[in-house]
Amino acid sequence: MAYDKFNILTSTAVPLAIENVDTDQLIPARFLKATERVGFGDNLFRDWRYNPDNTPKKDFVLNNPIYSGKILVGGKNFGSGSSREHAAWAVYDYGFRCVVSSFFADIFRNNCLNIGVLPVQVSPEFAEKIFEAIAADPNTELEVNLPEQTITLLASGEKETFEISPYKKDNMLNGFDDIDYLQSIKPEIEEFALHLPL
Amino acid sequence: MSKTLFDKVWDTHVVRKIEGGPDVLFIDRHLIHEVTSPVAFLGLKSRGIKVLYPERTFATADHNTPTINQHLPVEDPLSANQLKALESNSNEYGISHWGLGHQKNGIVHVVGPEYGITQPGATIVCGDSHTSTHGAFGAIAFGIGTSEVEMVLSTQCIMQPKPKKMRINVNGKLGLGVTPKDVALFIISQLSTSGATGYFVEYAGDVFENMTMEGRMTVCNLSIEMGARGGMIAPDETTIEYVKGREFSPKGEAWDKALAYYKTLKTDADAVFDKELTFDGSSIEPMITYGTNPGMGMGISQEIPDAAHAEGGAATYAKSLGYMGFSEGDSMIGKKVDFVFVGSCTNGRIEDFRAFTSIVKGKHKADDVTVWLVPGSHIVEAQIKEEGLLDILTEAGFTLRQPGCSACLAMNDDKIPAGKYAVSTSNRNFEGRQGPGSRTMLASPLVAAAAAVTGVVTDPRTLIENVEELV
Ligand code: SF4
Repeated sequence: MAYDKFNILTSTAVPLAIENVDTDQLIPARFLKATERVGFGDNLFRDWRYNPDNTPKKDFVLNNPIYSGKILVGGKNFGSGSSREHAAWAVYDYGFRCVVSSFFADIFRNNCLNIGVLPVQVSPEFAEKIFEAIAADPNTELEVNLPEQTITLLASGEKETFEISPYKKDNMLNGFDDIDYLQSIKPEIEEFALHLPL
Repeated sequence: MSKTLFDKVWDTHVVRKIEGGPDVLFIDRHLIHEVTSPVAFLGLKSRGIKVLYPERTFATADHNTPTINQHLPVEDPLSANQLKALESNSNEYGISHWGLGHQKNGIVHVVGPEYGITQPGATIVCGDSHTSTHGAFGAIAFGIGTSEVEMVLSTQCIMQPKPKKMRINVNGKLGLGVTPKDVALFIISQLSTSGATGYFVEYAGDVFENMTMEGRMTVCNLSIEMGARGGMIAPDETTIEYVKGREFSPKGEAWDKALAYYKTLKTDADAVFDKELTFDGSSIEPMITYGTNPGMGMGISQEIPDAAHAEGGAATYAKSLGYMGFSEGDSMIGKKVDFVFVGSCTNGRIEDFRAFTSIVKGKHKADDVTVWLVPGSHIVEAQIKEEGLLDILTEAGFTLRQPGCSACLAMNDDKIPAGKYAVSTSNRNFEGRQGPGSRTMLASPLVAAAAAVTGVVTDPRTLIENVEELV
């Protein structure tokens, strides 16, 4: 599925300063029963967001009206655990287009890139600055500039560059996905398959 | 140039390298299940493309399936719908489908090796992070997302940057009651849940060389819990002995050719790893976790470390212990246990049931503990019966359920109730993993058995009477 193009995103951000946020929190297993990719945003962080009787937990960031925006800022080792792409779908479907952390789990990062959510890895110091800036002013804006590969705290102008492979960057800028690419080299794949050791 | 085992298998499967981008990697074997495949098939349909090599993909239903009364229709309409989707998609695209009730049905990472789908030197993927299990055979095996499932179905390839390489050496003699699960939980406790992120791990040393294939699978299975993409062990005689003659293993001339390939699958003497770690196997104790990620594990006779010695930061640590209802400095021994779960692709194979039985033999299930014994497949189920383990278990007050993922991720009815404590042989102790509000302590089948007969966390070494019988 081709996805939205990503260029420059300017937005407020939602802070979640917890480490090792795992995919079972992002989307608990009992919400993985759909056979279509719809409605996962409602269950993003389900058990942190809602009480067992489905009333919202007041102290959770997503239920705090002072925080909003298309950027989610998480603690270290964000997205650890299962390979469920549903975790990235839930993040996307809720309305986030970018996740910022000082460290991402591998599969989650990959899954994000495959569906058009930009994972931005920053230094622990810069992550700290972002958390502080949001704490000081929840309306503070971040600019995520994919062409320049920079993330900027607009109020202070402090910025950092982030890494992304040129291939993935090109995909994100144009809304292409890997399947488009693989389809285009199918004859080469079929030829390759003739010479495998197994 | 000298190569590691990982390099050899990876490089053999690179169709194309993209400048400034990932490698296009050919996938030999693809395993699918009902939860992470439906949307991939929808993608194929909307693009109007076929499955390129249906004979390279195998489907089994496991995540959602009930573990009792499997002959009856599945009650939960959503689960039933996913199972139906797997079946109809498999049929439509010509993929082998081992659905509920099929004799080959079972947990995807248990049946793959059992039927010889898993081969040394192969590339294997599945939309489940514990695909790393198959690395036990010297395969490159790892979990993928649904977009990637669609890539493999449509082109038999995925696009991945080549990970860095790490070797973990464990040498020495393991102590009494120390199982492969303990070795793995020990390594994760040393590295933390993110300590191997970005790496593919090779396990080396005599501890792994002396392990059975079942033990190696347990170790490789847990590689993902330290963030590694996967883990692998070089194939040797033990591996070849296991693989030979299985249903989907190469036969005749193809076997000779495969064997010649298997023999090349070891790290060259002077190959270099990006990171290398060495541990002393004799220092490892039976392990148990006390927190809400698999890195929060300790020797069962130790005390819960204080925040200053824990990974994850003080706030995260406090949240975790608060969830578990434990405190810094607590001993785990003697903590109340409400549920015991033996099963999953981590510890749901025959050896695990042998180990469990070796402890409970001649004893009785503690009255106030609920015990779920869930074999990983019908083959395991049959072995338990044929070896007479079921009789011993029944005598001791236990019953056996039917194969499936069960309480490992609690997508079916096997949910640990909120607030209850479970000793589980599975792989994740995340908040709510085994049911909303459930509290999980990960451990080996021996520790699980000790809890099942005493009702509290117990050092299994205190219950081992007949050392010879111990696996
Ligand atoms: S047993 Fe658990 S980890 Fe293994 S395949 Fe099933 S859900 Fe995944």
